[in-house]
Amino acid sequence: MDSTPSAGNDAGQLPEPLSGLLSGQPAGPLTAGQLRELYSLMVAVRHLDTSAIAWQRQGLIPGYAPELGQEAAQVGSGYAVDTARDFVFPTYREMGVARAMGVDMVAYMSTHKATWHGGLYDPLESRLAPIQAVVAGSVLHAVGWAHGQTLDQTDGVAMAYFGDGASSQGDVHEAMNFAAVMRAPVVFFVQNNGWAISVPTERQVAGGSVAARAAGYGIPALRIDGNDVVAVVDATRRAFAHARAGHGPVLIEAMTYRRGPHSTSDDPGRYRSLNEERDDAGEDPLERFRKTLLADGVADEAFFAEALAAAKAEEEHIRAGIQALGSRPGTEMFDLVFQETTPALQAQAANWREESEHV
Amino acid sequence: MSSAILEGGAGMADGTPRRGVEQLSMQQALNRALDEVLAGNPKSLVFGEDCGRLGGVFRITDGLQAKYGPGRVFDTPLAESGILGMSVGLAMAGFHPIPEVQFDGFAYPAINQIVCQIARMNYRSRGTMPMPITLRVPSFGGIRAPEHHGESLEALFAHVPGLKVVSPSNPHEAYHLLKYAATRPDPVIFMEPKSRYWQKGEVDFDSADPSGSPAGGPPTGAKVMREGRHLTLVAWGAMVARCLQVAELAAEDGIDVEVLDLRWLKPIDEAALAASVRKTRRAVVVHEAPRTSGLGAEVAQLITQSCFDTLKAPVERITGFDVPYPSGDLEDEYIPNIDRILFGIQRVLEYRRG
Ligand SMILES: Cc1ncc(C[n+]2csc(CCOP(=O)(O)OP(=O)(O)O)c2C)c(N)n1
Repeated sequence: MDSTPSAGNDAGQLPEPLSGLLSGQPAGPLTAGQLRELYSLMVAVRHLDTSAIAWQRQGLIPGYAPELGQEAAQVGSGYAVDTARDFVFPTYREMGVARAMGVDMVAYMSTHKATWHGGLYDPLESRLAPIQAVVAGSVLHAVGWAHGQTLDQTDGVAMAYFGDGASSQGDVHEAMNFAAVMRAPVVFFVQNNGWAISVPTERQVAGGSVAARAAGYGIPALRIDGNDVVAVVDATRRAFAHARAGHGPVLIEAMTYRRGPHSTSDDPGRYRSLNEERDDAGEDPLERFRKTLLADGVADEAFFAEALAAAKAEEEHIRAGIQALGSRPGTEMFDLVFQETTPALQAQAANWREESEHV
Repeated sequence: MSSAILEGGAGMADGTPRRGVEQLSMQQALNRALDEVLAGNPKSLVFGEDCGRLGGVFRITDGLQAKYGPGRVFDTPLAESGILGMSVGLAMAGFHPIPEVQFDGFAYPAINQIVCQIARMNYRSRGTMPMPITLRVPSFGGIRAPEHHGESLEALFAHVPGLKVVSPSNPHEAYHLLKYAATRPDPVIFMEPKSRYWQKGEVDFDSADPSGSPAGGPPTGAKVMREGRHLTLVAWGAMVARCLQVAELAAEDGIDVEVLDLRWLKPIDEAALAASVRKTRRAVVVHEAPRTSGLGAEVAQLITQSCFDTLKAPVERITGFDVPYPSGDLEDEYIPNIDRILFGIQRVLEYRRG
């Protein structure tokens, strides 16, 4: 019999302190303008995320991986990226990171529309690698990219996202070891959202936390409150500064909670009750940030209303863009396999054109 | 008389100095090719397990770290998925990785990165993130190695969309094919026949015709290694040398065998295959991989497709068996030997329509 899941960040439970030492300048405090910007981003992400689930129900998109409750972890970490020099390696659930990085959201959502694996955004320009469905698949890519920066003597940093479930993959361990041995400038950003589909963290991660493992590789790790967007920005900035200064990789384990289903085809009622979900999820990160901003006098109700209106307008614009997305021309299926195509592939494409396109 | 320049002289038409012909082992030829690739492309990197100070367990990377430094030629931790996954990121960062897995059987732990990542990234990224990765895999059996140190993975790799696969059969081919593969913008699995590493042969560095075709050009297709009229033996890698031996023996009985070195297992040079078999009207495919769903089936189908009207007999396959690669004592039973190939030739020549 499974024990009652108590994963995620229980209200009032503080994250464990720093393990390992981070060098590099801690970032200065965020300005009022930056705090408001973070809030606007979180509202935009929340609104788009909720809408995407509705779009799936309406048949506009075939599937989506929601991130309800992870807005602080995603927006806060994505906000710390310098898109002039850094590069981010996402999974399938990093919509909030993409939005915070300024990625074209219609192009991002095209993956969920089943238009093109990986998305239609330009990864080189946006600095976001194509959407990745293999859990932990791209964690090693981040290490390779980062080592390339060392060889090129640039100060770019790679950030790899993965979940507590993905941390069970061998590739994550190979990546941590490679990065530590090579002192590669990588930030491993773990969103521990309490669950890997139906399996809670305590049935997934031996040793108590993903952060604890980093110590075994000599990698400093931060276990942070992933529902506090300011804490996330601060930790990510410190990790970037550490890696950028040549001190090697850092691991951040952001403790958060995935509310609702794993994907639009998941039924969380089979593995947890709504009551459990409410108890384990803790306070809504968006609501929590709103209260803080209000209490600190950084923003007022008028600002919140404005942010929500902007989010709605943005969502409508994105929905229209997705609605307008046609299928890609079938020729791309053949044209984009190689840089230098093969005769067999050309022949298959010609055959396909004759038999399917009726030209 | 290793490395002695046997021939040389004036410069080439394009101004590059002539380097002539040398007697080299395949190991030396591969080493030379890597040396020149590293010299020619500052973004190329050679790495893997023991590739640095040791020069690789087969010494293919011998001396390269001393020459190019540990930034260009380096040892990685012992993790194949790590090596190939890191290659993806390096390629994304603009490098041209030439990783090595130490033995064929150890490509399996990296299959996820090879198949799901390397092979698909160009597609997934809509051509913006090419994967110019040349994965060197010491391949095939014949050296009485322990389990997992001798495997024939060509059908597995060739089946994966997005990968190209090539295997050299002698030092000359090894030099030219590796130099070519390592400058391509697509991922190439480079299968080195480890049983041929120490065999010497002439390498014509200035060969105007590494293509194998009268038209010249890059080594992109199959190559006729011996002309013949009665039957085509199709082979690659280590089996080419064996087929050439068989052809000599068959000639004593008046059978004139053509030997086609396929070289590229993906893409297969269908035109060369058709041209040879349309001439000889009979074909035997020889490979040491297990038979079922092996590349022999693909080759036989391509021949049937293009030569059905001229074929005098069904295409014969002489292959390894559907068993795990056996240990050294049974290797000679498993790998197609001269007798089995001769029997195959005989069956094809004596075929009578029922
Ligand atoms: C290698 C691999 N195995 C299995 C799956 C199927 N799968 C998709 S998501 C998932 C759970 C992942 O959990 P976690 O890493 O914690 O990330 P989360 O979905 O919670 O964000 C599984 C099992 C997969 N995508 N990749």
